[in-house]
Amino acid sequence: MNIGLEQLGRRGMMFVRKIGGLSMLSVQFVNSLKKLHRSIPLVFEQLYYLGVRSLPLIIIISVFVGAVSAWQAAYQFKFIGAPLRLLGQAVGKAVVIELAPVLSAIVFAGRVGAGITAELGTMRVTEQIDALESMGISPVRYLVLPRVIACLFMVPFLVVFANFIAIMGALIVAVNGVAISSETFLNGFKNSFEFQDLFNGLIKASVFGYIIGIVGCYEGFNAKGGASGVGQATTAAVVISSVLILIFNFIFAVILFRI
Amino acid sequence: MADRFLELHQIKKSFGRQTILNNLNLTVNRGDAVVIIGKSGEGKSVLLKHLIKLITPDEGEVRIEGENILQMDFNELSIVRRRFGMLFQSAALFDSMTVAENVGLGLKESRTYSKDVIDNIVMEKLSMVNLADAADKMPSELSGGMRKRAGLARAIAHSPEIMLYDEPTTGLDPITADMINNLIVNLNDRLNVTSVTVTHDMKSAFKIADRIVMLYQGKVAFDGSVEEVKNTTNAMVKQFITGSSEGPITE
Repeated sequence: MNIGLEQLGRRGMMFVRKIGGLSMLSVQFVNSLKKLHRSIPLVFEQLYYLGVRSLPLIIIISVFVGAVSAWQAAYQFKFIGAPLRLLGQAVGKAVVIELAPVLSAIVFAGRVGAGITAELGTMRVTEQIDALESMGISPVRYLVLPRVIACLFMVPFLVVFANFIAIMGALIVAVNGVAISSETFLNGFKNSFEFQDLFNGLIKASVFGYIIGIVGCYEGFNAKGGASGVGQATTAAVVISSVLILIFNFIFAVILFRI
Repeated sequence: MADRFLELHQIKKSFGRQTILNNLNLTVNRGDAVVIIGKSGEGKSVLLKHLIKLITPDEGEVRIEGENILQMDFNELSIVRRRFGMLFQSAALFDSMTVAENVGLGLKESRTYSKDVIDNIVMEKLSMVNLADAADKMPSELSGGMRKRAGLARAIAHSPEIMLYDEPTTGLDPITADMINNLIVNLNDRLNVTSVTVTHDMKSAFKIADRIVMLYQGKVAFDGSVEEVKNTTNAMVKQFITGSSEGPITE
């Protein structure tokens, strides 16, 4: 019983420390924005490495997300007897509001968040971050700022692509698998499309990007030990980012999409 | 009176329940070449990192020319840190950059020099450590000794006043280790720097030092010149420098 309580207490302390650490790093990140002009080349480097290079993966994921959405929606429509001409409308809403932002962010957390933590964690355990500090260079400005900004901008950018590709995937399945015409599908999509939905989806995506960047950097900065420490930090970064994305997604749903 | 340059005053540092430094006091005078010895786990590297606040003590003060660096904000601390050069145990080269980029990074980020000036300084420093030919290589292409030399070139790139060496010869063969020792002695003489070196390699310590400090149980257990160390009757120091498994340290 005592051991259980002790463990619970220790985990509680760890949780509080993590929240405190993430908040501190966020404050340091905001402060470092004052010197953003000195990190512009590093930001562009990260935009390419973290964002543009994620594009092929996002395209593959989005095609299948769109395709399965169309298929499953058609299956449900058949079950409840709904007209298939509403397929474009249903799939379009689901993709733009939920599927593209959330799934792109989760995939981005797995690819980029893990990569950031592994890179910074290795730099931490091999004293490269200490070396930066010893030269009077702020690791937050040099390492955190470019990565978090890249995530902040690249997730929405990727979501725009994901929206388009997922709708195309859904269209292919709708035409070839469900046997409705492309005009019917696209008209349904157009009738239900609202810029506000797209905008809200992109707002969500920016916040998800920030979460992925800051959590990835925090876990990397706090990696301890050797390879196993970096591995644990990487796992923690993906798990924490994914959970936070889903929690914030619910909060956004309540705030942005009022019933 | 000696010119007090660096001071560690009543430093206490624990990791978890383990106390590493326990009310430690140490003064380094301008121009000193201090070598800190002690067995593994005694906190030698921890002590070194306190000097530029890479580690913050639980208690105590770290002073440079009388100013407590623990009370400085990041900008003030950065200015102080630029007066130091540090060679890390693993060299800590940035593995995404070439050797030349590693050496030039601090200069580039200081935004004091033009690119041409930086390139010239980089080549000058690499030549000093006989690595001019390896300027365009990546750290992964270098041997252990070359990595240490590249780390050394990076540490001296901005002509620091104080050099910190963390285990400069660890993991190197005796010949390469001696080359590194000679390089450190030459650099200390040529650049006229104050240096603090952490090592458990006594051959290296005798070559580099003009003053040797031994750490034991988180405190300074001995502080004297090379001659005093060689002729000491202190059983603990004797055991350490002879590398004997029997004696007061292991009892």
